[in-house]
Formats: sequence, C-alpha cells, structure tokens
Amino acid sequence: MDVSRMPGVRGAPLPKPPAIQRFFDSVPVSVAIYVIVVGLIVYGSFTGAQNMGYNWQWYRIPQYLYSFTDDGFQWGEIMIGLVATLQLSVIAFALATALGLLVALLRLSGLIVGSAVAVGFLELIRNIPLLVLLYLFYYVLGPIFGFDRYTASVLTLAVFHAALISEILRAGINAVPRGQWEAAKSIGMTQFQTYRYIVLPQSVRFMLPPMTGEVVHLIKSSAIVSVIAVAELTTIGRNIISDTYMSFEIWFTVAAVYMAVTLILSAGVSYLERRYSVDQ
Amino acid sequence: MTQSAPMIEVTNLDKFYGSFHALKDIDLTVHQGEKVVICGPSGSGKSTLIRCFNGLEWHNSGRLVIDGIEVYEGAKEIRDLRQEVGMVFQQFNLFPHLTVLENLTIGPMKVRKISQAQAEETARNYLERVHIPEQADKYPAQLSGGQQQRVAIARSLCMETRIMLFDEPTSALDPEMINEVLDVMVELADTGMTMVVVTHEMGFARKVADTMVFMEDGRIVEISPPEQFFTNPSSERCRLFLDQILEH
Repeated sequence: MDVSRMPGVRGAPLPKPPAIQRFFDSVPVSVAIYVIVVGLIVYGSFTGAQNMGYNWQWYRIPQYLYSFTDDGFQWGEIMIGLVATLQLSVIAFALATALGLLVALLRLSGLIVGSAVAVGFLELIRNIPLLVLLYLFYYVLGPIFGFDRYTASVLTLAVFHAALISEILRAGINAVPRGQWEAAKSIGMTQFQTYRYIVLPQSVRFMLPPMTGEVVHLIKSSAIVSVIAVAELTTIGRNIISDTYMSFEIWFTVAAVYMAVTLILSAGVSYLERRYSVDQ
Repeated sequence: MTQSAPMIEVTNLDKFYGSFHALKDIDLTVHQGEKVVICGPSGSGKSTLIRCFNGLEWHNSGRLVIDGIEVYEGAKEIRDLRQEVGMVFQQFNLFPHLTVLENLTIGPMKVRKISQAQAEETARNYLERVHIPEQADKYPAQLSGGQQQRVAIARSLCMETRIMLFDEPTSALDPEMINEVLDVMVELADTGMTMVVVTHEMGFARKVADTMVFMEDGRIVEISPPEQFFTNPSSERCRLFLDQILEH
C-alpha cells in the first residue's frame, strides 16, 4: 500500500527501509523462521527420546482424558484431577481475596497497629518458600489445630496468595485519584460507603489484569500440594505414571491441560477488560 | 443586605502543614444568604480555608462554627455538617463509573437513605436547573468540562445543602465553557443560597458578591464590599493584585 499514491496525499514518499530489513519483516519469511525453530526443538527432543530407546505410547493417553463405556461418555482420571485442581484453586482464591482485602485495608487504615500487622504478615509470607509454608501448615499447624491435608493445602495457597493479592488491591485502591475520596466525603459518605460505592468499583479496572495473573499463578502453584498427596491434577499424573511408566506422555499431557486452562482464563479476562473499558 | 443569622463563624483560626503556617489568624463571618468571593495569589490559603469549612482539612487552633456545629477533627457531627455543606471542586471529581443520574442519586440514597424514585425525581429536577436534563444517562467522560462541572454543582445541591463552597470552579475549564458554569452559579445565588466562592472571575464577583475577601500568604488582607473592593481597596497589595488580573 503506497500511501503517496493515495488521493489527497501530495507529499513526497518517504525513503524505504533497507532491503534486508524488509526481507526479515515480511510475513512469509517470519513465519518460515518461526516454523523452522519450533520444528528443530520438537525434532531434537523426539530424536533424543528415540536414542534413549523411549517407547512412545500416545495411543494410551486418551483413556485418561475421557472414555466411552457401556454407561456412555465418562471423564478420565486426568480430567477428574483437573476438576479437583480447579475446585482447590477456586476455594483458595476466594479465601485469598478476602484475606488480601483485609490486609490491604489494614495497611491503608492509617492505624499504626493495622499497618504493622499487615506489613508483618506480608514480610513473613513473602519470605518463606511456598513449599516450606505447605510443610508448616501440614506437619506443624495441621496436628496442632487438627486439620487434614486438604484444609492444609487450601490454607497454604490462600495465605500465600493473600499476601500477593493484598499488594495488588492496595495498588488498585491507591490508583483511584484523591479527588474521588474528597468528593465522596463532601457528600457525607462514611469510610465504608466510600470504599463500597466509589473506590472499589473504580479500582477493579486497575486490578483486573494483575489479578488474572494471580489466578493463573495460583492454579499453577496448586500443583505443589501433590507433595502431600492431595488428589489433584499433578498427583493424579504421578499416580498414572507409577502404574504405567509413560512419564513423557503423561507429563506432556498434564502440562498441556494446565496451559489450556490458564490460556482460556486469560483470554476470557482480556475479553472482559475490553468490554468494561468501553463505558469509562 | 439584611444581616441574618451567621452561617459560618471563623475566629482566630490557624492551620499548619508540618511547620508551614498555611492559615494565619483568620477571622471571618458569613451570614445566611451571603455570597462571599475569596481571591488572592496562588498559595495564599484560599482553598485551604474553604476546605476547612467541610472537614476536608482540619484547623490546628482557633474556632470554626458552621450553622451552629462546632467543627474540629473527630467531631461526631462532621458527617451531618458535610451533608449541609456542598463542595464543588476545580477538577469536578465526578464519579466516572456512575452515570450522571447515579452521580446525583448515590449521595441522597446512601447517605440520606432516600428512596430511589424520590432521589431520581430530585436529581432530574436539579439537572433541569443546571440546564442539562438530557444528559442524565451519560457517563461523565462523555460530557464537556462545563457540563461536568454543572453536574458536580447539581450533585451537591441534591444533598439539599444550605451552604455551597466553590473551589476555583472554572479554573480547569476551557474559556468557552466558563460562562455556562458561571451562569448556573449566578442563578444559584439568586435563590438565596449561602455561597463561598474561591475564584479569579472578577466579572462574576462584581455581579453576585456581597463581600470580597483578599488573602495573601495565609492571611486575610482585606474584607470589603465589592464597590469599595474594586474601586478603592484599602491595601496596596490588593490593588496590585487587582491590577494584574484586571489588566486584559
């Protein structure tokens, strides 16, 4: 498309970029390079597996995803594991958001005790590895307070992500201009009403992108509870492998399932973002 | 003007930001129905003073009584006071996530606990008064600056305020929109509302002010009726200021 030839454009055409840049920027060449690079990686790993004499058995994988029996269609073990993962993630996320909001509000409260508690919580959680936190909840707090491995996993994930979420919420709340607080105050709103009707609805816009990242992060880090044998996607993958020794196929499949879920989630949220940005 | 009951009484008021002395020994009385215009160079404390009048800032010493309510930090009646004292900001500060109508009804509904139907009726009434009834269902970002500021005025009025504070209401507006806002303010003045206006719009001041206040460096330098203020101000500094802003 030569702009200078279009009707109404009278300026002299600009010089074209050098030939070599035009070559690499053209669509067919870029696609070809991409396909070659990806192909080499895939080819390399498959020949590598071949050389160690790995016996690929992809045909045995679908039964773990779904099957048709006399009773009709049935989800396979991996899909049941996925549901367990999602369930765990949803409960943990709901708890994490509630706790995160509490921590964020404490931090913003202006009370010295409030922000001290919030900062203490943040630093404690952020500086302990997730795995150690899980062990603490399962092996130490579990016996003390008498909760089982499932509760321990939910609490670990909730507490860990509450720390991260509280920072997202705090940033979102702070992104609402000060004038909004003043306007709400000047019509006589209480602190609670200001948060509820004015500030939080506006901060959602700022929080949505990082919160999506946080949900994706949570779903992925939920895999860690497989170390205390809570039945979810990763644990089930491990169990299938110990029965069948198909470690390559199963891990590829499990990875693909995680990826599919998180990609769908991200796509859904960016759709929401585009919808809600319209009337602002 | 008849001298009616005092609405705002300021005595020996001082305000500090840290070690900065923002307001120095302010004395001012505003009577019911009186229109006071405050002017002065930037940084002179005009905005700070009127922000004290509805508890957006707190004074450090002295006395501030508004409509019989003693104002100080932590006063229980401060929310009642804010419902009586409306504030119009330089930057409008409309709620961008709510429609114009919702901007107007949220205060009456949530704070005064008035029914939605009644709040909407009042809101449409006031939108009519600021001449933009047809914009009720739009979002603030879809309106011009002048329209937004008129919505902001209506939002304050919907709280059935008895005193209106204006903090440089036309300073953020494009020149061609200033008059539509000032016209609404003049009409409001005609209804007998008590108004305290920080502005440099001297044409407006001449038209509506009962009292002119000139502030500089945190102090009230001059309080006088407009006839005297514009023709024969008693302080030299005030004369210089007027010369500067009335030049064109």
